[in-house]
Amino acid sequence: MYAFDYHKPSSVEEAASLLASKEDATVVAGGQTLIPTLKHRLAQPTDLVDLSGVAELKGVKMDGDTLVIGAMTTHAEVAADATVRSAIPALADLADGIGDAQVRNCGTIGGSVSNNDPAADYPAALLALGATVVTTNRSISADDFFTGMFDTALEPGEIVTEIRLPKPARAAYAKFPNPASRYAIVGVMVAESGGQIRVAVTGAGQDGVFRATDIEQALSGAFSAEAAKAVKVSPETMSADIHASADYRAHLVSVMASRAVAACS
Amino acid sequence: MAVSVSLNVNGKSVSREVEPRTLLVEFLREELGLTGTHVGCDTSQCGACVVHVDGKSVKACTMLAAQANGTSVLTIEGLAPNPEDLHPMQAAFRDNHGLQCGFCTPGMIMSAVDLLQHNADPSEQEVREWLEGNICRCTGYHNIVKAVLDAAGRMRGQPQAAE
Ligand SMILES: Cc1cc2nc3c(=O)[nH]c(=O)nc-3n(C[C@H](O)[C@H](O)[C@H](O)COP(=O)(O)OP(=O)(O)OC[C@H]3O[C@@H](n4cnc5c(N)ncnc54)[C@H](O)[C@@H]3O)c2cc1C
Ligand code: FES
Ligand code: FES
Repeated sequence: MYAFDYHKPSSVEEAASLLASKEDATVVAGGQTLIPTLKHRLAQPTDLVDLSGVAELKGVKMDGDTLVIGAMTTHAEVAADATVRSAIPALADLADGIGDAQVRNCGTIGGSVSNNDPAADYPAALLALGATVVTTNRSISADDFFTGMFDTALEPGEIVTEIRLPKPARAAYAKFPNPASRYAIVGVMVAESGGQIRVAVTGAGQDGVFRATDIEQALSGAFSAEAAKAVKVSPETMSADIHASADYRAHLVSVMASRAVAACS
Repeated sequence: MAVSVSLNVNGKSVSREVEPRTLLVEFLREELGLTGTHVGCDTSQCGACVVHVDGKSVKACTMLAAQANGTSVLTIEGLAPNPEDLHPMQAAFRDNHGLQCGFCTPGMIMSAVDLLQHNADPSEQEVREWLEGNICRCTGYHNIVKAVLDAAGRMRGQPQAAE
């Protein structure tokens, strides 16, 4: 790790002004991605701004029919939260399937969406549920937030403060995990809200999380596991690595979508 | 610029000035000489470095000492109630042959103790799923899982399975 200075602000305002005033400051949330990145010397920030002392970024609440999760809420907290469990049980299950117990005790929803790892779980949930990412500057719809592998609409110095997720009529997430890391080789979130079906896929796409519009269309005709499984997904835009070829990932997209549909009903 | 880190480790208050990039595991091992917490991979995979921070298990190789400032940390050295008696989890690992080389054991035990804080009566499947973040090169996990189930029984006050 290169050397850096460390700051622990107690408000969002203080954090934002630290980010603005330091040469190349970066926020640290749970550190489960950032600390390994620093160890590999893949990043060299001059300053780390630790958000863990900012109480206003933590916690879960309902705002009408919208579930609101603070950016610094850990995966373990989302998994165990009674409000999440009753509003969007699929989201609690998804959080419970991230990495391992120690990663879930530290890693946060804000860190996961800001990082936008192409194999991370939350991006699929946010995209399928039509969530909104709220930052220090604005609100960004999930459709506009995830802009490519490890890429988001966030501007330098912008901090994610909360995630707003409208409660769906039904939703489920099915993941084919990498057996070592538990990251998704393919993960599919299926959600129905206001009669509209959205299907979001993580782990598979060359450009990160995406909507499987052909499966969405098939499911609008008949909401059944068979209908999802019958869709032939093109391997052209799928990623390939030592864990799975593009063909295999394309196949898994329909299979995981059909499992998610089955888990919906 | 050095940062000042004050924590409670195994019931004792400690304070040090350290570089911000100091990992919690380096702080424990090198500053405090608590070498029971191991470093297996240093890449957040193996769980040899698991300690409790404010009661929750974390990987001490993936947390800065500065992030743990103001918390209470429990390491394997602080688990037993006194030097003569083992914690029930430690005793169950010994009785069930839950270790061979012992390198993974401190992390396994700290992780398993955290499981029992959440779930006093886990199934075999739940133990295996919880230990996802702990890797053992020797045992094949079977006796580790047996040890955790045995410890759970002991801690619920049931007679010991082994003997
Ligand atoms: C062994 C292991 C297994 C894992 N398995 C999975 C898995 O199965 N599925 C999965 O989805 N993930 C997995 N992860 C990743 C994990 O979920 C991370 O916690 C997550 O990706 C990052 O969250 P964090 O809070 O740790 O963020 P950090 O590591 O602290 O930060 C990550 C990045 O986001 C930025 N950032 C953080 N918070 C904010 C914010 N509020 N506003 C703006 N920028 C911010 C940081 O500057 C940094 O660039 C795994 C990680 C490990 C180590
Ligand atoms: S040394 Fe920390 S997880 Fe391996
Ligand atoms: S006993 Fe040797 S690594 Fe587990």
